[in-house]
Amino acid sequence: MRKLSARLSARLSARLSAGRRRRVAGLVVVASALLLTGGTYAVLSPATAQDDLAADAALVDRGRELFLVGCSSCHGKNAEGIMTSDGTQYGPSLVGVGAAAVDFQVGTGRMPLAQPGVQAPKKDALYTPEETRALAAYVASLGPGPAIPEETKYDLEEVDEEGIVRGGQFFLTNCTACHNFAGAGGALPEGKYAPSLSGVAPKAMYEAMLTGPQQMPVFSDQVITPEDKENVIAYVKSLEEEPSYGGFALGSYGPVAEGMFAWLLGIGALVGFAVWIGANSVRSKKGTKA
Amino acid sequence: MSAASVRKREPAKVKKPSKIGGAATWADDRLGLATVAKKNIRKVFPDHWSFMLGEIALWSFVILLLTGVFLTFWFTPSMGEVVYEGSYDQLRGITMSEAYATTLEISFDVRGGLLMRQIHHWSAMLFIAAMFVHMMRVFFTGAFRKPRELNWVVGGTLLMLGILEGFAGYSLPDDLLSGTGLRIADGLMKSIPVVGSYVSFFAFGGEFPGEAIIPRLFTVHVLLIPGLLLALIGLHMLLLVYHKHTQWPGPGRTEKNVVGYPMMPVYAAKAGGFFFIVFGVTALMGALLTINPVWLYGPYDPSKVTAGSQPDWYMGVAEGLLRIMPGWETELFGFTISWNIFLPGVVAPGIIFTTVILYPFIEAWITGDKREHHLLDRPRNAPTRTAFLVAAMTLFGLLWAAGGNDLLAILFNLNLNYITWFMRVAVFVGPPIAFILTRRWCISLQRQDEQQILHGYETGIIMRSPEGSYSERHLPIDPAAAYYLTSRDRDEVFEVGSKADGNGVVAPGSRKNTVRARLSRFWFADNVQKPTRQQLEEGHSHADQELALHAADAHPADGHQYDGRHDVAGDELRKE
Amino acid sequence: MSERRDNEMAVPGNDDATLDPHSAQSGDPIDNPGLPAHRPRPTDIDRAAEKRAERQVAGMFGLATLCALLFGVAYFTLDIGEDPDTFLGLGASNLALGLALGLALLLIGVGAVQWARKLMSDHEIVEMRHPVASSEEDRTATLAALRQGTDDSGIARRPLIRNSLLGAVAALGIPAVLPLRDLGPLPGTALEETVWKPGMRVVNDVSGLAIKPAQVQVGQLVNAEPAVFFARDEEGEPLLEGPALQAAKVKAAVILVKIEPEQINALPARADWGVEGILCYSKICTHVGCPISLYEQQTRHVLCPCHQSTFDLADNAKVLFGPAARPLPQLPIGLDDQGYLVATSGFQEPVGPSFWERGDR
Repeated sequence: MRKLSARLSARLSARLSAGRRRRVAGLVVVASALLLTGGTYAVLSPATAQDDLAADAALVDRGRELFLVGCSSCHGKNAEGIMTSDGTQYGPSLVGVGAAAVDFQVGTGRMPLAQPGVQAPKKDALYTPEETRALAAYVASLGPGPAIPEETKYDLEEVDEEGIVRGGQFFLTNCTACHNFAGAGGALPEGKYAPSLSGVAPKAMYEAMLTGPQQMPVFSDQVITPEDKENVIAYVKSLEEEPSYGGFALGSYGPVAEGMFAWLLGIGALVGFAVWIGANSVRSKKGTKA
Repeated sequence: MSAASVRKREPAKVKKPSKIGGAATWADDRLGLATVAKKNIRKVFPDHWSFMLGEIALWSFVILLLTGVFLTFWFTPSMGEVVYEGSYDQLRGITMSEAYATTLEISFDVRGGLLMRQIHHWSAMLFIAAMFVHMMRVFFTGAFRKPRELNWVVGGTLLMLGILEGFAGYSLPDDLLSGTGLRIADGLMKSIPVVGSYVSFFAFGGEFPGEAIIPRLFTVHVLLIPGLLLALIGLHMLLLVYHKHTQWPGPGRTEKNVVGYPMMPVYAAKAGGFFFIVFGVTALMGALLTINPVWLYGPYDPSKVTAGSQPDWYMGVAEGLLRIMPGWETELFGFTISWNIFLPGVVAPGIIFTTVILYPFIEAWITGDKREHHLLDRPRNAPTRTAFLVAAMTLFGLLWAAGGNDLLAILFNLNLNYITWFMRVAVFVGPPIAFILTRRWCISLQRQDEQQILHGYETGIIMRSPEGSYSERHLPIDPAAAYYLTSRDRDEVFEVGSKADGNGVVAPGSRKNTVRARLSRFWFADNVQKPTRQQLEEGHSHADQELALHAADAHPADGHQYDGRHDVAGDELRKE
Repeated sequence: MSERRDNEMAVPGNDDATLDPHSAQSGDPIDNPGLPAHRPRPTDIDRAAEKRAERQVAGMFGLATLCALLFGVAYFTLDIGEDPDTFLGLGASNLALGLALGLALLLIGVGAVQWARKLMSDHEIVEMRHPVASSEEDRTATLAALRQGTDDSGIARRPLIRNSLLGAVAALGIPAVLPLRDLGPLPGTALEETVWKPGMRVVNDVSGLAIKPAQVQVGQLVNAEPAVFFARDEEGEPLLEGPALQAAKVKAAVILVKIEPEQINALPARADWGVEGILCYSKICTHVGCPISLYEQQTRHVLCPCHQSTFDLADNAKVLFGPAARPLPQLPIGLDDQGYLVATSGFQEPVGPSFWERGDR
């Protein structure tokens, strides 16, 4: 990149210097080289740059309006975050969280938070998709952060069987410790939890991995590439789609649920049968013939 | 031929038409079966549903043998690595142990394989659960008393072996969940003082996980423990046949007889039928309920883990102990003692098992009862014993719940840390509370029984005396019920004679005897004894007086008609 | 004294054989009324009910036969494997085979029990118990036989034979126990060493990608391994595989987290063990060895799913809660000359669960 633009600028300046060289010429050369380098970088670098969402001023303004009404009471008038008097966070700063974070939190209904607590539960989204986009645009305008992924990143169309297998290995290494082997969810300390992945949209999964909502850690694109993220999502979806080979899955919670069913259904039924076997038969109301 | 000449010949050996068939004769000629069989074919077994709980375990064991043999035809107990090329898409191309790969093969490429795997696993759960339930029944009814103490010891050993067998069995597929369990077992081994790391290296053939543990567990699971189980079950049944089964007290039943139905045909049908029922229920569970979906866990990898990592339920007590134990560890002269693992993982199970095995002898020592018992105790008539088991059940229940604390947290939206703190306190506070409550409940039930024996049952008829007082009419309960309520032993507290004899020599073992006497007093405290004949007669005379008081009424109602046991159509009384 | 004579059977109403069972002080207040009279069942007296019960039992056995046949049908018609048949989202083969088998068995059982309950004789029978202990004559005879046998052997008179036999049998303990020695190698220093060496790259698990600090964001968790796990030799074979790889993984697996530097409370000796707020800790719990990766990015706590030990990664992985006794070992990391994260030394204490020889490192 650098080499290319250096050569270009050298040729440009050579051409310019061939004729009358103005004092400004050098400045123009440097400025154009900078613009070229910067613009190329902006276009081609990973999505930590501001994307075109933030560039749409009307959308950003709409987002700011919505933000002031629905979000600023916790996140501050300028999304700078609010700290309580004893130093804990009321609502975190949203500068730099990126459009993807907003799309996830608002799109899954977690935000606006109905009441303070250890965790924001998923619920019905309060804002329409257009409003969500506007909010995302506003937050993206505050500072560079992860952009909303393009659909090709999570439409699972190019994922082949090998990709699903690879996705499964990533899932078992990075995700099952919190979300459980079937994505049924798990407990975290102090009343928090990793939610179930059942029925979660691929886009939301992608955004969650990218932005690390609440206690979930971040899995940046350089460490778990977009392709591998898509593989993970494809694996989770394949689990949802595959038949439950052995019968009802009992919640996929593992041996605790199995033990409970063994006692309630198994021993319950068998003791019931034992009671029936040992019970006296109906006695006849008539006659005493032995 | 004249009759005389016929008589002179050796009388021809008359062949009686064989009632038991030619085959049986052939066998008997060689084995003398009839001598043994004559008593046992019509052997009497008492009939009660609570006597069938051990059968659930017995039949589950048979099911385990049958399905287990099936599984061994496909399972390869090897940790050698292969690349999976079977039917399950999500793992194709993954390197895994042969044990795991063949488990996947059974699940997806053998028709009926997954069904057999699931029946086998459900049956294992039911086997151990049934042993627990059976053990509780035997305990509550005092069936472990002389002469059956040894049978109790055999049973307790069976339970322990069953638990170990289950652990070995579910570790065989070498999947992520059971491998995590083996890792924890390795940690337990390492925590043993002095020899811990040696035990770990010897068990696993080197560093964890090694490649020896699965084949070794296979031998344990398929040969060693089943052999022991078979032998001990045989002994358990043999003792049962020799001692004959216990029975509930009641009309016609004494310590010296057994009342019930004969083995052939009734018990053969009921017990044999129950085998099919147990097998059928287990098979239906295998059909409808997924258990141990190893394909979702993936092969064992020491750097992978799943949330909700628990062992099978019967290890839950040890799991709960491990979770609630605080992190205590001491270093002494360069050596580490991990109390936080050693105590809950090694010491506590040892104490529990020893207490279970020794219990009949402990109780016999406390009560001083050396008689043979063939009639069962109603649980309420042994309040301390009953309360003790309920306290133990409470402790176990709390520990099981503690073992699943993370699941409780997500299912009921609770704080995981609070659950752990609660359990840390509850395991000390809960059992004594359960003990006290149960004991008082038993005693109050005994008081209720005593009221019924002495004063009869409440009829619901309220009578008013001439002076204006109200009383409820009681009627005597029927003789069979009365006999059942009084058919129990009188308790006798162990008394210590004088500690020293006339010369001031202290009797040997007197401190032990003092302790024993105190325990014995505690054991029988507040127990309501059955009434004596005199008390009974006094009670009945009260009833007669009551009847006499109301004889002057215009329409004396003895209440008997309206207790639902008689046909009252056309009764005069109601017409008023 | 309240101890009973041995072998005396407890008999209600016979607490003390010497007392009059009808006396006021002891004995059963109520005499045993004897077996209740047999009450007939409808099938005992009503031919129609009996026939109905018979048909019911036979019907159940017939249905069981049908189910067994259906098992055969399902076995051959329902597919498993690559493209399994399904039914309502469940595996059809398992469901059908299991239902058929289960019902076949259950119906036989229920039929047999119904037969016993409805049609077989339900007159109660009394059998007398025998005393459990052997009779005195048998005991005497056995003792006499034992005594005769012992005398014949002369073992009592020949202590030399007896003692030397005992000694020989005891000595057999040696060949019985010693062959178990080769069950496994001695631990040696194996538990104290991992594959981590200075300069070994920290790479992402599964993908094997090396990591630069700029690629890790605050709040990120990377499940990582030493680069040697993904290394191949000249023939393209992995350097470590099979049991050797597993044994190495069980101690070498690590996690990388990036924390705001002002929130890190490192021990003085560990001031340079991180890179720009990126810290590397052992993934193996110090309780009983499960891998930990439940990382809460906002609290910087990591939770082990097995027994809920909680560690504060911003505070040298101190134990906050749960049964673990020691903090997670930390791996000092730095950068290599290409800017990738590498270990700057091995672990400075044994990784994983404690053991006797561990001491206070």
